[in-house]
Formats: sequence, C-alpha cells, structure tokens
Amino acid sequence: MQIQLNGNTLTLDNIATVQDLLEELKLSGRLAVEVNQKIVPRSKFMSYELKSGDTIEIVHAIGGG
Amino acid sequence: MTDKLIIGGKEYSSRLLVGTGKYKDLEETGKAIEASGAEIVTVAIRRTNIGQNKDEPNLLDIVSPDKYTILPNTAGCYDEDSAIRTCQLARELLDGHNLVKLEVLGDPKTLYPDITATLKAAEKLIADGFEVMVYTTDDPVMAKRFEEMGCIAVMPLAAPIGSGLGIRNPYNIRTIVENARVPILVDAGVGTASDATIAMELGCDGVLMNTAIAEANNPVLMASAMKKAIEAGREAYLAGRMPRRAYASASSPIDGQFF
Repeated sequence: MQIQLNGNTLTLDNIATVQDLLEELKLSGRLAVEVNQKIVPRSKFMSYELKSGDTIEIVHAIGGG
Repeated sequence: MTDKLIIGGKEYSSRLLVGTGKYKDLEETGKAIEASGAEIVTVAIRRTNIGQNKDEPNLLDIVSPDKYTILPNTAGCYDEDSAIRTCQLARELLDGHNLVKLEVLGDPKTLYPDITATLKAAEKLIADGFEVMVYTTDDPVMAKRFEEMGCIAVMPLAAPIGSGLGIRNPYNIRTIVENARVPILVDAGVGTASDATIAMELGCDGVLMNTAIAEANNPVLMASAMKKAIEAGREAYLAGRMPRRAYASASSPIDGQFF
C-alpha cells in the first residue's frame, strides 16, 4: 500500500497495523501517532489498521523554548 | 522559608523554567538544565526522523519526565488548529500529562503572539481538559482575560522571543502581576541575569527562558547565574524594597560630628 508518512510518500508491503509500521521503521520510545489528523492512542497501535492513501504523522519531543 | 511556586496544584521550589532548544548538543542541554535548578522544562513536538540512528539518545532520555515536569509548547503554530493538534499529540506522547504552553504566533519576524487565535485555542484546549500556560503580550487587559477563561498561568513576554532585550515595559508587567490571581511568569526576551531579577522584583511568580542560557558564551555558567538571579529577585521582592526618593537621605548621623 502507499501512504504519506511525515510528508513523504512511502510504499509498504506486509504492513497492516500502526504497530507493524513502527516495527518496520524500527521506531520506539516516546512518540505519538496521528492518522488522517486523528490521534491513534498507544493502546490501539496493535489493532488500528492502515489503509492505502492514509496520511500518517509520527512525532516526538525535541528541544524547544 | 517555604515560598513554593504552585502551578496547576503542584508545588515547585524553583521559579526558573527553562527551554531545551538551541543548545550545542544534548549533553550541553542536560548540564545547563542541571545548573539552572529548573524543575519545569519546555519541549517542542516535531516529526521523528525516519531512518535516524537508533542509538542516538532522545531528549526525554536526558530530560526525563520522571525527574522533570515537561511542558510541551506549540512553537511554530500560526493558527489554532495546529496548536490544538500539537497539544493533543503532546498529551498522547506524555501518557495523558495535560500541562501545555500555548503559543500561537502572528508574525515570523517578531514572533509576537496572535492574540485572537490564542484566545480561541485556549478556550478549546481548556474545554478539552488541558492545563494551559499561555504565552501572551504584556497587555494587562488580555492577561486578565486569559486568566478569567481558565488558563492556569499567564506568561507575558518581556521582549520578542530570542531578542535578549529584557523587560521592555516593566510598568505593564507590574500591572499584570497586581491584577492577577494566577501565577504570572515572564516568558521570552530575557537576555541576562539582571533581566530575570527585575522580573522577580516586579512580583512575577517565575521566569521562563531559553535563548538567554543557550546562546550565552558559557551556557552552564549562565544557567547558574540565572538560578541565583531568580532567587535574589524573589528575596528582594519579599523583603520589600526601600522607597525611591528624589533627593538624598544620609546614611550616617549628623550628631557627634567633630568638624
């Protein structure tokens, strides 16, 4: 499927859920996920299914004033 | 003497709040924050780098939510929707922690807040259960309005973000402090230690700063200076300063002069 991730187009195979995506990208730690401008809570990572055309944002905390 | 800063029902010993931006690296960030004695630390919320080196430490490894109160900001937001989205993502990322610093900017050159957008964002965030510390101008009317709508702290700027100009209108800051029933923290524009002391002498409950420390030649030393500056200003305020006089008032007696 093809998705938008953090502003870039990505083609993914064998990705069904948000958890699958995070594991594929080897992302862990404190982060938050938004799909089509709606937050997917951590408790739903394993169950929320991604679809082709989804726009995903994965954010974390960085230095700022 | 217990003189705690109380924000959102929580007590803090330090009245210095610091940002985590503009440092050379995470190591310097950690050392400066340590030297500052700050207990509340702001962070920004941004996209993760996909493909980043996994072994690189993250900011929250250096500034742990277990040790510090993390204050996510809405830096870079020019409209209420992006500010609200940022706060919601921050709350998710920090496991339901709902303290936020709200800033909605109006102009990239001065980074002055857009007050109408900030008011709208604050209203929605407060309705959604956030504890909002709001970045605003030194306008006493607006400061009171933000307090009345339910912001838990009001944070008037001293001068534009990163300008280092210090408090440009001390009379407005004093008026805001006098009218307030919530903590007032000067946020933005502090440049050096005396600026922070002046803020505290005006009766502010605290000061939030980032650039003043991060862009000093020696940030760790400046962080230490700021810690002392805030303490000195607070003590001076609580001590109650002497009155100003137009003319002199001699400190030594006239009686007993032998000349």
